[in-house]
Amino acid sequence: MQVTLWGTRGSLATPGPEMARYGGNTSSVGIVGREGTMLVLDAGTGVRRLAATVPESVRRVDILLTHLHMDHIQGLGFFAPLYRRDLEVHIWGPGSATLRLKARLMRYLSPPLFPVSLSELPCKLTFHEVPCDEVDIGEFRVTSALVCHPGPTVGYRIAEAGGAVSTYLPDHEPALGNLRFPCLPRAWTSGGALAAGADLLIHDGQYSAAEYREHCGWGHSSLAHTLDFGTLTEVKQLVPFHHDPSHSDIDLDRLMAEAIEAAKPVYKVTPGTEGAIFEL
Amino acid sequence: MLETDTKAPVNWVVTATWVLSRLARESLEGNAMPSPKPIQIILARQLASSLATPILIVDTEGTLIYYNEPAEVILDQRFDETGEVPVAEWTGLFAIADEERNPVAQEDRPMMMALSERKPVSRTVWMRCGHREWRHMNITAFPLIGQDGQFLGAKMIFWEV
Repeated sequence: MQVTLWGTRGSLATPGPEMARYGGNTSSVGIVGREGTMLVLDAGTGVRRLAATVPESVRRVDILLTHLHMDHIQGLGFFAPLYRRDLEVHIWGPGSATLRLKARLMRYLSPPLFPVSLSELPCKLTFHEVPCDEVDIGEFRVTSALVCHPGPTVGYRIAEAGGAVSTYLPDHEPALGNLRFPCLPRAWTSGGALAAGADLLIHDGQYSAAEYREHCGWGHSSLAHTLDFGTLTEVKQLVPFHHDPSHSDIDLDRLMAEAIEAAKPVYKVTPGTEGAIFEL
Repeated sequence: MLETDTKAPVNWVVTATWVLSRLARESLEGNAMPSPKPIQIILARQLASSLATPILIVDTEGTLIYYNEPAEVILDQRFDETGEVPVAEWTGLFAIADEERNPVAQEDRPMMMALSERKPVSRTVWMRCGHREWRHMNITAFPLIGQDGQFLGAKMIFWEV
């Protein structure tokens, strides 16, 4: 599979020359399988550019939403394939205890917040509630599970038949309430089963250790926790992303270097930069 | 009349039984890895681990999958040593009697009722672990149900009366 980072910023789109290398678009990742199946992980502002890579020949796209915070859905209305009549678009995401996924999404994709209503979109739109049982989407087997983050939020494990595994946990606070993180085994750690042994883990790394102490319970990880989580889950490669809007390229270079130096991970760490491509 | 639970052996016997049964299970299963837990159970454990109230958490089968440090004092066992405990074993750890000191049947205990009827149950009882003294306790058990209605297990709180 080919994995491309189209949006790496957390919380708020943050354009600017000082953010150019790591990127200012919010969470969106594209995955293309060997047989051409296209998955879109989250629809932050990065999904607008991803849309331009969807070939005319493609007849189905699956959008896997982890949760419905604005930085993960703001680009949805600007995902051009939604306006193609010949395209099947499947949107997967969590409902809540009282509202289905479609109803929750309509709160944003309807006036006055957005001029076009979901029901007016010309594509063939289907909604799927997650977490659910493992599902096969083209050559991918997709597993979803609720993870530690405010509100209904899932992570995804995407396994290509006979091939690599990518895990996507963009907003995740596995250390919440666990003062000695990561002392508990994987089975008792949020996201542990999703990430176990993954070839590529794309994971929340929003804060420095000092910032995390000020934002405990907000649903995000410090870089140190992210690296510890990678060790606990024995991943092959870690991509920290969902960068804090206040962190410039220079800040992120320093924070990443410090965190890696302190953790000394035995696996590869590649800080998430917009446009980065991973061939697995 | 209040009866001692003759099935509750002294602690070293309990511990030895658990160790042997765990070894047997692990041998049968081929590994000692616990199954991945739903996020609600993980959060329930994290909350319990930070409270002074004795708390037990069981899964849908009744297996005791976690108890916190204050509960360790009541059970006279440490979770780190026992790990998960099958329902048949942990319910034999202590005797429970009602306010009139009549034994409470297993199926009428709050946790069992929370599991079987999936509703909260609270009652005041007399409780005794092994050969230790009887304690007057309020026990509250309630089912853990996920947002999608999925039954996940139950949680029990002890409160000294």
